[in-house]
Amino acid sequence: MQQKDVLPMKPEPAEKRAATTAPLNITGSEAVIRSLIAEGVETIFGYPGGAIMPIYDALYDFQDQIHHILVRHEQGATHAAQGYARTSGKTGVVFATSGPGATNLVTGLADAYMDSTPMVCITGQVAAALLGTDAFQETDVIGITMPITKWNIQVTRPEDIPGAIAKAFYIAGSGRPGPVLVDITKNAQAAKFDFKYEKCDYIRSYRPVPVMDKNAVAEAAELINGAKRPYILCGHGVLLAGAEKDLIALAEKASIPVASTLLGLSAVPVDHPLYVGYLGMHGNYAPNIKTNECDVLIAVGMRFDDRITGDVSQYASQAKVVHIEIDAAEINKIIKADVAVHADAKTALEALLGLVKPAKHDEWIQGFREADKQEEEKVTRKELYPTEGGLKMAEVVRLISERTEGKAVLVTDVGQHQMIASRYYRFKDPNTNITSGGMGTMGFALPASMGAKVGTPEKEVVAVIGDGCFQMTLQELGTIYQSEIGVKIVILNNNFLGMVRQWQQLFFDKRYSSTEMVNPDFVQIAKGFFIPGRKVTDRADIAAAVDEMISHKGAYLLEVVVEKEDNVFPMVPAGAPISHIRLE
Amino acid sequence: MQKEYTVTVYTEDRIGITNRITVIFTRRGINITSLTTAETEIPGVYKFIITVLSEKTKLEKIVGQIERLIEIHRAFVHEEDEVVYQELALYKISTKALQNGNIEQLIRENNARILTLTDEYFVLEKTGHQQELIDLQAKLAPYGLIEYSKSGRVAIVKWSRRFHDHLKELSALRPDNLKEAQYGNAEVSAEEESI
Repeated sequence: MQQKDVLPMKPEPAEKRAATTAPLNITGSEAVIRSLIAEGVETIFGYPGGAIMPIYDALYDFQDQIHHILVRHEQGATHAAQGYARTSGKTGVVFATSGPGATNLVTGLADAYMDSTPMVCITGQVAAALLGTDAFQETDVIGITMPITKWNIQVTRPEDIPGAIAKAFYIAGSGRPGPVLVDITKNAQAAKFDFKYEKCDYIRSYRPVPVMDKNAVAEAAELINGAKRPYILCGHGVLLAGAEKDLIALAEKASIPVASTLLGLSAVPVDHPLYVGYLGMHGNYAPNIKTNECDVLIAVGMRFDDRITGDVSQYASQAKVVHIEIDAAEINKIIKADVAVHADAKTALEALLGLVKPAKHDEWIQGFREADKQEEEKVTRKELYPTEGGLKMAEVVRLISERTEGKAVLVTDVGQHQMIASRYYRFKDPNTNITSGGMGTMGFALPASMGAKVGTPEKEVVAVIGDGCFQMTLQELGTIYQSEIGVKIVILNNNFLGMVRQWQQLFFDKRYSSTEMVNPDFVQIAKGFFIPGRKVTDRADIAAAVDEMISHKGAYLLEVVVEKEDNVFPMVPAGAPISHIRLE
Repeated sequence: MQKEYTVTVYTEDRIGITNRITVIFTRRGINITSLTTAETEIPGVYKFIITVLSEKTKLEKIVGQIERLIEIHRAFVHEEDEVVYQELALYKISTKALQNGNIEQLIRENNARILTLTDEYFVLEKTGHQQELIDLQAKLAPYGLIEYSKSGRVAIVKWSRRFHDHLKELSALRPDNLKEAQYGNAEVSAEEESI
């Protein structure tokens, strides 16, 4: 791997050439870095290796312009780039080497693809002459990542580098965002050419901004104006389009209750009077059952995931469906739209707002509040304010939410703790919920929280992680220490893979097959990475511990030992109609 | 209900595009029964003609997912009566069979023609719909059929005028910023430069 001697000679310092007039005669590697700078990239998450060494060498001269964060595993780089993209609104950038470096990106690429996160991954590749020969650390990363990237390309000549990178950023960030991979062979990195950078804003076969059909908007408005029980579902597309205010304005104008998908959380403040809660398998009771009572369902920037619909044949079949969606492939994919508005959420909501008439639906909204009472009585109260038994995940989340006033960026992993945190954290500001939704990638939160913090250093970033998830990517504590990333890590430890155990209890006769965990001392592990921490097992200590964590400057790990065999309710059994939601 | 459909896909000329398209069928467990691809009358725009046994609702969703790919212009799913189509088959038969008078009649009746003739074998060509080609194969079998090879489908869409006008407009546009670089054409034409 350490083959420094076979690298081309180090280019002369960049400052020297910066004065020369364009085009610059530089190596492909330097072109990569200059292209990234031209795209406004400030942060890269990456890990070097043989086939990407020339690019890392070129990076050496630009350390004052681009901050490279050395992760501990390439998967961590992808999740960090996702966290960065989701808080900063910029495209996350990842560097990795060929072969295993490239294959380690697969999980993060798939996650970013499912959750529409703009990301550009640049991988090194063996020299073009060696392609297809099973060379050392050669892998067909283009073939491997084809179904999990929005676009990918292999570049074998230096003169293709600027064009490929320009296209990559254009594709990643436009339309429905997604991950893009650019694979650059070592010879292309080493050879010199005349560099000139032009941003890409056009590809003739790609139409990222749909032409909105005004008639469809008028039809949608007509449906909404005639509705007795209208209901808005707010998805990730609202955040991606920056349409939170437009959505709230529409809801307020026509007095329409708004529920959120998992990835749509934080678009509407939890304390907004029209916000009725969170949808899905472990979402709130009212928003789920009311889906099957509304007469007009207005789905904005969401894709009717099976965790939201349950049994599709019994989902909102009484309602007229208005689907506002930028990706044409999502329209009519799962739920047939009576009116489809193929547009960016902001464009569509702005147009709708002018056509929708003021209305009141007090009785309909009151119905949500009454259903809330049932959830409150059967679930929420004893979850949030328990007085006996072991610590509850929900009370920990409640304390974090109170101490951060709902203003922290909440990064969650996957499982029971994710559902609990999403249910009980009281989001105030947009883009403060970072989680792995579509893919459900365990191990997402710790690296994603690093990127989230780098993307919004001014905000408190709290990662809520299960004991199982934490052990999938805990090596990133090394990155947190080395790069001094001040994230707050909360491990909700129930010594179980809790969600799987819950399903085993409910659907597999309590046969707890391979779900009980014998865990290490997490505080000691953090200590090994020079990160302070504390373990809490008693209810009496938890408030002080959360305070200590929040007031600590820099990274901190709080392990909370919670009730071992708690279940998340409400719950819609997989594949059942949402009306079969169980409160206990 | 499952039946045979023709799917047409209009693409940019880019390495790996076949893979990108076929993998979308693979994900849903649909077997592609034939695939033909060639450049259209618009330079740089390729047309894929894919036949599959499936359901229309499923295929409409697949076509949506194909169109989502960056280098795809459009994709369509066609019922049988929306397209004029042909397939082509070649049949290699032992020359000895020509001594049997019936085979010449068979060739004539089926509008087949002899492409090449050697001492050892001759090759017949026939165009038509799949079933006709298969039927002829069965009829030729007793005469000592050595080899049979059938093409995928070529198809013309009956309502294609407006779309092809749109494609012609596209041809006036520069493909994209990688086009010349990737194919090593050093010169960019004056026409392209002006756009």
